[in-house]
Amino acid sequence: MHVSDPDLKRTPLHEEHLMLGARMVPFAGWEMPVQYSGIIDEHRAVRSSAGVFDVSHMAEFRVSGECAFDFLQRLLTNDLSRLSEVGSAQYSLMLEHDGGIIDDLIVYRTGDLEYLVIANAGNHEADAEWFLKHKPAGVEFADESARTALIALQGPLALGVIQELCGVEWEVPQRFHVASATLDSTVPCLVARTGYTGEDGVEILCRSVDAPSVWRLLLSFPEVTPCGLGARDTLRIEMGYHLYGNDMDRTRNPISAGLGWVVPASKSGYIGEEAVAAARDGVPATRLAFLVVEGGIPRPGHPVLHHGAVVGNVASGTFSPTLDTGIATAYLPSELVSEGTELEVEIRSKTARATIVRPPFVKTTSLSGQ
Amino acid sequence: MGHPSDRSYSEDHEWVLVQGDVVTVGITDFAQDQLGEVVYIELPSTGDTMNQGETFGEIESVKSVSELISPLSGEIVEVNSALSDTPETVNADPHGEGWMVKVRLSDAAQIDALMSAGEYDSFVTKG
Repeated sequence: MHVSDPDLKRTPLHEEHLMLGARMVPFAGWEMPVQYSGIIDEHRAVRSSAGVFDVSHMAEFRVSGECAFDFLQRLLTNDLSRLSEVGSAQYSLMLEHDGGIIDDLIVYRTGDLEYLVIANAGNHEADAEWFLKHKPAGVEFADESARTALIALQGPLALGVIQELCGVEWEVPQRFHVASATLDSTVPCLVARTGYTGEDGVEILCRSVDAPSVWRLLLSFPEVTPCGLGARDTLRIEMGYHLYGNDMDRTRNPISAGLGWVVPASKSGYIGEEAVAAARDGVPATRLAFLVVEGGIPRPGHPVLHHGAVVGNVASGTFSPTLDTGIATAYLPSELVSEGTELEVEIRSKTARATIVRPPFVKTTSLSGQ
Repeated sequence: MGHPSDRSYSEDHEWVLVQGDVVTVGITDFAQDQLGEVVYIELPSTGDTMNQGETFGEIESVKSVSELISPLSGEIVEVNSALSDTPETVNADPHGEGWMVKVRLSDAAQIDALMSAGEYDSFVTKG
């Protein structure tokens, strides 16, 4: 049944996925596993135990040099000066001059004058172009995506697994920090305490050639389940985490997207600053709302109605395995976006009841106290 | 593959089990496997009319929505209402407890046009 498209790129773990019986689908120009045993099984494994995800399709850029700090401080919205120590990391946004979101990404400080940026696969070329267009002398920019694999290990049991693989001497980095490690005394990698599931865990960066070894080492633990992009999506929607292309794009600014916290008001001198300041001063026309939907499964594009009138469309929508109900995000007129507002989602010929809630949809336990 | 030989199959991956002038309809093991975990099912009501080739319901997995296509025409005499609370039964037992509707046929000859288990097995392995 496996038909492959020669135009799609493959990660270094492609053969591993096929051997595990994964269902492969096209995603952002890549051939990726959407599921192995089943999305709900995999979702529950991450919430209760641990799951491993191949996210090697994501882009890795290394930015270094005397002017690297100033360069990233100008291109990204979060305040890079908060990364005061080597090994710290932050979520950030890259904006156009009009405030439109080019991408969301994570910046890791990997050296005094060196940063690693992990960005969305779908924005790989656009990001690289934007970085190169603005890069001054004194900044080295290297696209390391092709020789870098990224494997996420997520779930309440994830830290125990990584600790065992890295040895008792090795110290698990703090949340939003990264540390180098040697897995099983043989494989060099970077271990970042970040993720996209709402559970504690790590994301492991290694050389592409080492990816199959890392993957197999992780799966040698009975508590670790291979998970595909299907579960990654349901897990992140339950947490209210944004997905680029659904919950934000170049037509949305950070304030409207509910990402004002990624653009500190105290920060200045970044691209998009005037537009963000203007958006902060007024009330945005629309805001991203979070909806619990009963009586159907909301999908991207479904109309959202208020008293029978269409007021927006579903941006992200799925079935929540944890809540056993539909959940969705949608850009809606700001005046409607408050907790408890009753709406309807038109799911083909039927309407389902929807209520605005505060994210996250699901409160997880493994990250509490962080 | 090995779908049960006591019933007939449609190209839209429904099975039909004949018991007198009433037939039971469900989706095949192949179909449930392709869909993945079923999380929502929309079925018609008892008394509704079903027309061959037309949609009689919808089935959703986490990732996808599929239409249920009527393999036959007739009047719906019973609906498996348990599926609305436990749609996963379709995955666990597609040819048994996961049945969807029972239909009183208006044209018994339509059954002859359906596939046998052997024909359906080769139909799905050819892709």
